[in-house]
Amino acid sequence: MRKRNLTAYGFLTPYLAIFAVFWFWPILYSFYLSFLSTRRLPWSWNPGMTWGRIYQDPAFFNALWNTLKILLIQVPVMIALATILAVLLNSRLLKARGLMRFAFFAPVVIGEAAYAAVFRLMFNAEFGIVNKTLGQMGIEGPNWFGHPDAAMAVIIIAVTWRWMGYNAIIILSGLQSIPEDVYEAAKLDNVSPRQQFLYITLPLLRPVILFCIVLSVIGSMQLFAEPFLITNQGGPGGATETLGLFLYRQGFLNLNFGYASAIAYTIAALAVAISALNLWVGRERE
Amino acid sequence: MSTVSTQMTSQNAKRVRTRQQTDRFNSLLIHAVLVPVAILWLMPVYMMFIFASMGDSALFSPKILLLPGKEAWSNLVNLQADTAFLRTLFNSVVVGIVYTILSVTLTAMAGWALVRYQFYGKTVVTALILGTMTLPFFVVVIPQFIMIARDFGMANTWVALILPPLFNSLGVLFMRQAFSMLPKELFEAAQVEGVKEWQIFLYVALPLARPMIAALSIILFLHSWNNYLWPLLITNERSMMTAPVALGSLIGNTDISWGSIMMGASLLTAPMLAVFIFLQRHFMAGITAGAVK
Repeated sequence: MRKRNLTAYGFLTPYLAIFAVFWFWPILYSFYLSFLSTRRLPWSWNPGMTWGRIYQDPAFFNALWNTLKILLIQVPVMIALATILAVLLNSRLLKARGLMRFAFFAPVVIGEAAYAAVFRLMFNAEFGIVNKTLGQMGIEGPNWFGHPDAAMAVIIIAVTWRWMGYNAIIILSGLQSIPEDVYEAAKLDNVSPRQQFLYITLPLLRPVILFCIVLSVIGSMQLFAEPFLITNQGGPGGATETLGLFLYRQGFLNLNFGYASAIAYTIAALAVAISALNLWVGRERE
Repeated sequence: MSTVSTQMTSQNAKRVRTRQQTDRFNSLLIHAVLVPVAILWLMPVYMMFIFASMGDSALFSPKILLLPGKEAWSNLVNLQADTAFLRTLFNSVVVGIVYTILSVTLTAMAGWALVRYQFYGKTVVTALILGTMTLPFFVVVIPQFIMIARDFGMANTWVALILPPLFNSLGVLFMRQAFSMLPKELFEAAQVEGVKEWQIFLYVALPLARPMIAALSIILFLHSWNNYLWPLLITNERSMMTAPVALGSLIGNTDISWGSIMMGASLLTAPMLAVFIFLQRHFMAGITAGAVK
């Protein structure tokens, strides 16, 4: 490799130009905006209306709490299920591999709008398939979108349905990179399959699982389409309003760009902090 | 000697037999868990297609219907009549294709630069690309919106739909990995022969990276096809909406039948499922590439 500044930047320029205009500048501008009061023209320097407001805004704390609820329940459940799924899919005893793959990985290619529509219909209290099925079993299904916890459950189920396979693919590729002779050696030492899983597979999967957790945390912090479309804009009564939806309302319905920017930076800071915490808790201990 | 060996074989046979038994038991267990869950997981997709062929009377009936109805055509006709859905599908196709071609070109060039050359500022450029990967889209969405909609006055245009999402760090990392797997000697030999750098890129490197480019193209097209938030913000004229935005605007709208909405969802989903089935290998490669280093 020779040092060739001109040629290198020749190849990089188109990409970097897009980066400069649509990411680098916006990152800075958004930070600046977060100190402006933008509720009426002309915009003026007034951090009290943005950063001063956010820490007293009950709607912000409602959205934050809802997001954390999803984060704390959905992410661990989904990652655990994805790990189990990956281990089962990796088994040499598995038949109908193609069909299994299709069933679990198909949700990955389905768009937010399409799957939101289906979930909204399936969980309809009167004629949705879920309550019809529960009715057949003699259980009266809840009014899913009328009760705060039930609505939250639908969001969690929907997100898990969509992303479990995606995480399982990543964990599966991690599993397949574990060398076979590790298990051969364990078998010679009469290590039971359960112990093999706990003391060999899981520790070796640690980096991959951590990666999945961090991805999921960042994803959850940005959850928008699901509460927007499935639970009718965060309903009932804001019970499923996430930080992403709160930002959308402030920024694009109220057109309060300054406040929305402060929310955006809060989301980014939380995402970074929670990811860092995950990485720190899950670090290798020598 | 012979008795010992017979003993060994009978012991081996026994071991093989017990192993076969545990295998059979484990296999049964795995399938007993996975098959019902797989069916459950397929249900939403299946219901989507079934409902797309049902009229309101079937949908609202208290019975659980698991077979397709006969209203598919009328659902499609109604969907098109009420919302001009086919136009938005066309928008999605055009945006997806143009976006994918441009994005693959930009990220391939950038990835090539990062692999092939040593240059001033390389660490900074790499760090910037990696750094934005974990940054939520929300941090840039407001200025992007102000810029496109107000400053450039370009809401409801192709440019608005295609240009801002063009920056993605995944593509560059993907192409960087693709090029770094190719033998360096090849490029050096071409260089000695006096081949120009852009020719080496175009005629040597790109053709060799074709499988990776295919995988990346699929992933990028999928991203564009399913993208919801940005097109939602930047389009409000129905003729310029992408299909997911048009579909989203129907959800919760009581003027339109659920069957028609499901028809829209199916039209959006079916092509991607087909791609997934026929190009599974590329798909998996695309998804795991970012994850496993």
